[in-house]
Amino acid sequence: MTRKVVVVSAGLSDPSSTRLLADLLADASVAALGDAETQVIELRPLAHALADQLLTGFATGELAEAEDAVAQADAVIAVTPVFSASYSGLFKTFFDVLEPGALDGTPVLVAATAGTARHSLVLEHALRPLFSHLHAVVVPTGVFAASEDWGTSGAAAPLARRVERAAAELAALVAARPRGPKPDQFDRDLAAMGDFERLLNG
Amino acid sequence: MEYGIFTVGDVTTDPTTGRTPTEHERIKATVAIAEKAEEVGLDVFATGEHHNPPFAAPANPPVLLAHIAAKTERIKLSTSTTLITTNDPVRIAEDYAYLQHLADGRMDLMLGRGNTGPVYPWFGKDIRDGIALAIENYALLHRLWREEDVDWQGKFRTPLQGFTSTPRPLDGTPPFVWHGSIRSPEIAEQAAYYGDGFFSNHIFWPPEHTARMIALYRARFEHYGHGKAEDAIVGLGGQVYLARNSQDAIREFRPYFDVAPVYGHGPSLEEYMASTPLSVGSPDQVIEKTLGFREYAGDYRRQLFLVDHSGLPLSTVLHQLDLLGEVVAELRKHEPTPVVEPVETHPVVELVETKPVETHPVVEPVETHPVVEPVETQPVEGASA
Repeated sequence: MTRKVVVVSAGLSDPSSTRLLADLLADASVAALGDAETQVIELRPLAHALADQLLTGFATGELAEAEDAVAQADAVIAVTPVFSASYSGLFKTFFDVLEPGALDGTPVLVAATAGTARHSLVLEHALRPLFSHLHAVVVPTGVFAASEDWGTSGAAAPLARRVERAAAELAALVAARPRGPKPDQFDRDLAAMGDFERLLNG
Repeated sequence: MEYGIFTVGDVTTDPTTGRTPTEHERIKATVAIAEKAEEVGLDVFATGEHHNPPFAAPANPPVLLAHIAAKTERIKLSTSTTLITTNDPVRIAEDYAYLQHLADGRMDLMLGRGNTGPVYPWFGKDIRDGIALAIENYALLHRLWREEDVDWQGKFRTPLQGFTSTPRPLDGTPPFVWHGSIRSPEIAEQAAYYGDGFFSNHIFWPPEHTARMIALYRARFEHYGHGKAEDAIVGLGGQVYLARNSQDAIREFRPYFDVAPVYGHGPSLEEYMASTPLSVGSPDQVIEKTLGFREYAGDYRRQLFLVDHSGLPLSTVLHQLDLLGEVVAELRKHEPTPVVEPVETHPVVELVETKPVETHPVVEPVETHPVVEPVETQPVEGASA
């Protein structure tokens, strides 16, 4: 069965270095996984729908499809630009509005871009705790790309080595994971509920 | 099939005039709205319960409903909802049984957990216990209306020994109960277990979850032996704004929609209508959309509409009710064929066998129930019983 890798990119410009990094990671992950396909979700066109969901409590249209894709993904690659020493608000909003449990057990590769390598620990102090909270399995190697990383090339370049290593780790986590559709919140609530006699007995 | 309105009693500034009604005005308007609902031929008026501004819904709905009962003759009085979590079930048993007597049986109630977090600690409760409170409190309420000598012990209130809730339900028939929930399967299960009604107030949500909750309730209703799944007693919320033509409806309602407390400043009116049961348009459009609810809910027994929120002035709401009366008259022509098999476990059946219909509008939820119909032609026999 083909594994589904969903890539979430919170880059805002075009071309975007965040999207560029997301594509590098997606290609490397597909290569490492073998039988896999990717779906890229750009958050910029979903920005208004995300604000609406914050207010109404439900997603519509392409945003609903994107959230469903993330919930059913075999792996997620999440890439954000660094804004004010953390992930961008748009990036956080997308993961804020996901249905509870949507990322339970899902391997997530975290990555970020910024103008300077001095922000590189954002992966460890912001992204990793976020996805740990969401009960995702975060790939040990996160990938950070500063402006200077785009100036080097070739397989020996530091960025390329980090991308390869992270992709290999992601593939190993995916391989160890059961396949098939995941239950959603309603299914899980129902399964956890038991019958009414059990509820009555507290 | 019953049609009616439900209110949350919000005291909201009219965005088109900047005027905010006083609590006194809002409370009196609520009574006028209920009287109007009866006048235009609706079957049900339901009020929410609230304990915090900006709401002027009663903290104890029987206070309002008893007053309306005295000013009306036919309309059934209900709640949307009665908080089963933070109210003492003993007080619910007592107050609603008293209302049942005052209203000559012309009442029922809908239980809900309440979604205003701060309310729980005001009454010594914890919102994290919401489901457990709803389960335990209703288990007690259910007994209090059916047993005269109750020994009881639970987690959430002091034990009872040999307790008798007074007054006893009218003619020994407990008020009919609906359980309301948007997406907690425990509540659908609870409604099914007891053979009570299940109400999905799905006005702020897309229909997908509503469909799953109702399907669960129907299947479990049958599982617990209360009748066929398709005969389970489902109610739905709705939200309408009507005008003779759709352009006027949209134009008039948009300023209220755009800043409304629940969905304001978010999606456009058109987007919101496409995703939720909100229905703003001509009578024909509202009829069509309302009939569409059956596609995911199946045949259901009660449709309540929200019409008096978001700062709409009383004069507008009363005009809405005139139009809604026309819509409902038309909807009644599209009702499904009555169910043929009796649902023996339904409490209404017991009531009908011994009592006259006029004093027991509780009978009406099973209008489609054939057992009820013969009684409507025998008004006198039970009256002397």
